[in-house]
Amino acid sequence: MLRHCVLALTRGNMRRARPSVVSAGVRRYSTATDSSSNNNIEPIRGLPMGVSNSQLLHRTVAAVQRSSNLKTLGLSEHETQKMNMCQAINDAMRIVLATDETAVVFGEDVAFGGVFRCTVGLADEFGRERVFNTPLTEQGIAGFGIGLASMGQTAVAEIQFADYVFPAFDQIVNEAAKFRYRSGGEFNAGGLTIRTPCSAVGHGGHYHSQSPEAFFAHVPGLRVVMPRSPIQAKGLLLSAIRDQNPVVFFEPKILYRSAVEQVPVGDYTIPLSQAEILKPGDNVTVVGYGAQIYALENAIQMIERDFPGASCELIDLQTILPYDAETVARSVNKTGRLVVAHEAPRTQGFAAELAAEIQERCFLRLESPIERVCGLFVPHPLVFERFYMPCAVRTYEAIKRSLTF
Amino acid sequence: MFPGALNSEYSHELKFVSSVESIQTYQVMDSNGSVLDPAHEPQVSKEEAKAMYRNMLTLNAMDQILYEAQRQGRISFYMTSFGEEALIGSAAALNPKDLVFGQYREAGVLLQRGFTLEQFMNQCFSNERDLGKGRQMPIHYGTKELCFQTISSPLATQIPQAAGAAYGMRRDGNKLCTICYFGEGAASEGDFHAGLNMAATLGCPVIFYCRNNGYAISTPSIEQYRGDGIASRGIGYGIDTIRVDGNDVWAIYAATKAARKIAVEQNKPVLIEAMTYRVSHHSTSDDSSAYRSKKEVEDWSKRDNPISRMRNWMENKGWWMKGEDAEITKSAKTRVLEAFAAAERLKKPAIHHLFDEVYAELPPELQREKADIEALARKYPDYYQVNEFARS
Repeated sequence: MLRHCVLALTRGNMRRARPSVVSAGVRRYSTATDSSSNNNIEPIRGLPMGVSNSQLLHRTVAAVQRSSNLKTLGLSEHETQKMNMCQAINDAMRIVLATDETAVVFGEDVAFGGVFRCTVGLADEFGRERVFNTPLTEQGIAGFGIGLASMGQTAVAEIQFADYVFPAFDQIVNEAAKFRYRSGGEFNAGGLTIRTPCSAVGHGGHYHSQSPEAFFAHVPGLRVVMPRSPIQAKGLLLSAIRDQNPVVFFEPKILYRSAVEQVPVGDYTIPLSQAEILKPGDNVTVVGYGAQIYALENAIQMIERDFPGASCELIDLQTILPYDAETVARSVNKTGRLVVAHEAPRTQGFAAELAAEIQERCFLRLESPIERVCGLFVPHPLVFERFYMPCAVRTYEAIKRSLTF
Repeated sequence: MFPGALNSEYSHELKFVSSVESIQTYQVMDSNGSVLDPAHEPQVSKEEAKAMYRNMLTLNAMDQILYEAQRQGRISFYMTSFGEEALIGSAAALNPKDLVFGQYREAGVLLQRGFTLEQFMNQCFSNERDLGKGRQMPIHYGTKELCFQTISSPLATQIPQAAGAAYGMRRDGNKLCTICYFGEGAASEGDFHAGLNMAATLGCPVIFYCRNNGYAISTPSIEQYRGDGIASRGIGYGIDTIRVDGNDVWAIYAATKAARKIAVEQNKPVLIEAMTYRVSHHSTSDDSSAYRSKKEVEDWSKRDNPISRMRNWMENKGWWMKGEDAEITKSAKTRVLEAFAAAERLKKPAIHHLFDEVYAELPPELQREKADIEALARKYPDYYQVNEFARS
């Protein structure tokens, strides 16, 4: 790995330093553990890991056509285009701006394209009155968006990092979420969608890595959504923007460039508050959302390699509030075991809610305690991230515990 | 020149600046109701003026009765507008479709807009006719029809919202504006800074109206800020600003009218700081004698009373007779008491309103909770006093 690295440097790489996950060894500072350079060690043993090797992404037109889930959504015959998650999100916003005259997109630095390039080209195409920068104030951005939504207009607000959403928490919790209820339906903030990049990126540390979905999952009146892929992101974002409730839409930033699919080019939506079964199985239910899905995919591959005959059912929750408990309960009633995983810290994280709900619904069916594989109860650390993350290996161990209880 | 301060010139003097001259307070009438400068004589009809004055008296009468009602335990909470009745002037200067974002002491605006006594009472009693469906404490009024956003308790949250709504109005091109009311205490919140800055940078047709009444519960303004009131901050954000005598109906009226013109024609915000005095306690949960002398309050009430000033002006014009006050006040009290009695008799809203409108549609977990609670209420109807609620 070191020699490869030296060669890359001496070749005088003239490209802008934007290392991809695939070119192993260049990102020395990255704390990500799932790079393919670790292939031969225990317990990986050569398994292709991570987003770039995921079977869950529909990288080819054939994969789109083959997918039964996409067929159920009526998307398998659509014209598609190769897009990463950032481009898919950009596409969703373009469609909204083109079809909804009242729609505006705003936030810090969105006009030039955004720090993650999710709003590239939108200001040029739709003008600075509809796609505009705001001053640096999350509470202002949220409040402003609520005001626009209260006029019945469509407000797509960006909070630059989920780590910085907290100044907006009062506006989101006390105002947006309660706007319809407290007014007796005279007013509502349904037209508000707040999009924000979240989750670990390998080098983000405390303030560029957080997954704060649990704070919002405790608020009646809000919808909370987190997509895992480009096709999901575009469809769920279109649903979220059009949903008549205020939505907080979390975008796992590590997937912006690394998750690539053939995404339907037209206008389509994916239903909210419906969990998706990504892989059927009989022995254990494994639930997650966002970037964690890829760690779960690898953990399941390791389990099924090491326990021949065992099969795991993988569920992507997609909408965290209101969430589809029914699909999870039905699965656990079949398998008898549950493992929930998320990057956010374990204590009081969303897995705690799901565990409590499922033990209530499936108590007599459960064969083993519900496992929660989560971020540690520490501020998201930089150099220690590999220990913090609920990676494939830690999840593999948890599923093993569940199966062998 | 630096991009951050394009008009700044260099100086060779090492000097710190903390204030400029205090911004003057615009007045139309003196304390006796005489117009100081005939050029500023209000251009309103007799009917309009009388209607405004009647509303001031009605507000006062309603406040007295509802304050008492809370003291008697008949409603849970109330806030009065004693000493701040001149606020009605700002509502009179607006287009009825201008969207109002209030804080909590703007019942006068609602009254001027046409909110009925019944509607006030229904909300305070949380009965089945309350537009808010009994979900919030008294005085948290809201009405889409009269373009008055529902009041919420967190302070200053309405300020950036008003900026956003104004931006929406600008996009609609309907030549309307929003007006956003808040107190001098709320103006210490971060949302004030955020809202004014956004309105200025994004060009929002919003009138920010600060009711500076000298107190935020027990905190006097000397403990709230050190600068020249709230008006000086408007200049800091590059916003057209005026300070007015908040007990002078016609100063308020003229300033609001002029502010509206700027906002609507130039698509930019305006800040009005209206100086007044909170004769009221903060609310029925407050006894202000704990932090200020009764004498201070009485002196203010005698020396500078918005109702007296307006009445004197009307009498000077020959539009009001001595003694008409007593008649109007008596009739207002009667009407208030009638509305009060009617509202008190009505049932609470049907129980299903507990679960509706949390979301646009009822999600599965709320369907379950609703079924659970309905079953529980059927099992223990006396414990839950189910008869107090309207039938579904």
